[in-house]
Amino acid sequence: MSKTLAPAPVDKPVTHLGRLDAVGYLICLGGIVRRELLRFFNQKERFFSALVRPLVWLFIFAAGFRNTLGVSIEPPYQTYVLYEVYVVPGLAVMIQLFNGMQSSLSMVYDREVGSMKVLLTSPYPRWLLLLAKLIAGVTVSVVQAYAFLAIAWFWELDIPTIGYVAALPAFIAAGLMLGSIGLLLSSMVKQLENFASVMNFVIFPMFFASSALYPLWRIRESSESLYLICMANPFTHAVQLVRFALYGQFAPVACAVVLGTTLAFFTLAVVAYDPGRGIMARRGGPAGDPA
Amino acid sequence: MTESTALEVANVSHRFGSRAALSDVSLSVVRGRFTALLGPNGAGKTTLFSVITRLYANQDGRVSILGHALDREPSRALARLGVVFQARTLDTDLTVAQNLLYHASLHGMTRRAAKERIQTLLTRVGLLDRRDDKVRTLSGGQSRRIEIARSLIHGPRLLLLDEPTVGLDLESRADIVAIVRALVREEGLSVLWATHIFEEIEAGDAAIVLHKGRVVARGTAGSIAQGTESLEAAFRRLVAEPAKQAA
Repeated sequence: MSKTLAPAPVDKPVTHLGRLDAVGYLICLGGIVRRELLRFFNQKERFFSALVRPLVWLFIFAAGFRNTLGVSIEPPYQTYVLYEVYVVPGLAVMIQLFNGMQSSLSMVYDREVGSMKVLLTSPYPRWLLLLAKLIAGVTVSVVQAYAFLAIAWFWELDIPTIGYVAALPAFIAAGLMLGSIGLLLSSMVKQLENFASVMNFVIFPMFFASSALYPLWRIRESSESLYLICMANPFTHAVQLVRFALYGQFAPVACAVVLGTTLAFFTLAVVAYDPGRGIMARRGGPAGDPA
Repeated sequence: MTESTALEVANVSHRFGSRAALSDVSLSVVRGRFTALLGPNGAGKTTLFSVITRLYANQDGRVSILGHALDREPSRALARLGVVFQARTLDTDLTVAQNLLYHASLHGMTRRAAKERIQTLLTRVGLLDRRDDKVRTLSGGQSRRIEIARSLIHGPRLLLLDEPTVGLDLESRADIVAIVRALVREEGLSVLWATHIFEEIEAGDAAIVLHKGRVVARGTAGSIAQGTESLEAAFRRLVAEPAKQAA
């Protein structure tokens, strides 16, 4: 026997020490969010690399295209705006897009290393566990988006102060939508290695076929069908929701699309993670499980 | 299910596509006893654990934990269950305490109650001094002891351990076995211990032999060994024969 083993204290048998009521739900939700934030702060390079990508777009790409891609007046802008000003909302939501996919990737990783099993054996319903994961991801993505806006502020964006406040619910809604899409993807991706295809088939098409980098009327001038694809892309609506909110305006259609997409994808993710009906049950369980 | 049963698995079958991983498996764990689940690799032990822990839906048959049917009362059933999985499932970037607090919150425990319980359990597994160390600095045996402490945080009455000593040295293995046997003896915990290491099983332990997804023997380890041969020899004979349902 090891010397490190202390004499076993004789305890009275304990009964279940947790709570299965609404307070227990909140404790569980808070615990999952706290763990995700701890993991995030342990990976500081992840925070900075998430900021580098949009800043490169802003400082190099947008500056280079400044003279070739002028953007004429269209809502929510009151005047002619520089290209850098136009792309800022799209780049902020791009951070959230990458964050949503990063959360999804970490779900796949959790499944491979087994910590997903610990989460799923919690006595609380699956939807609550997935919602907690989603809220944690959104919290991180909103912090990242505002860190980007803080740096971009030095670029003379002319965003009114109220816009930064009004954009908060828009960022939360956009984060929830992109996180929900990521959750569903995480249930479909069997192995971590397959994640490169998610980059190719999800992130890039969503980002480029949207109003993030160019106004949709410009796309319509060149191709009506491409315009329709952009309009069907929920990422376009997330960008528009944030863009309008940053200038103190509300975009009802964009808001409805974002909330509707969130609800649809989150529901599908809950079904996918259901032990009875989900994709996991049909395809033989989490990757790497021995029989 | 009787009052004295901690776990009842009745006629459980599980298929992955056309492959049957479990076929009409029935077994029970008596309250306050150490029950060994023996089986070679691929016998279906991990699949059975996944069904009991509700990672996989129960396709056919019934599972009850301390009188709570898993399909009708999943929350109550899972609340009374502690699990140590075969794979290491601690977050290596977090400290021991952070891992344990996280698990306590997954069971709805207040922070104060969790901290008290962590103190007690880390003392029991002999690792109180490693409370604030990151898990990546622990040895394999120490990580396993932390996982046992974690599985007990919420006060379960049934503990499932899926080959918990695989990959550990002899001393660490002995520590893990001693801790779990003490829990059975002193706290009346019910334990289902999956293994293929025969030294971990005592003659008086209840034992179930699983092979190719079927129960091929059950009884005490001594009765399975049939008095004359060793448990290991009996096991080898059982898994060498065509799988058949135990009477």
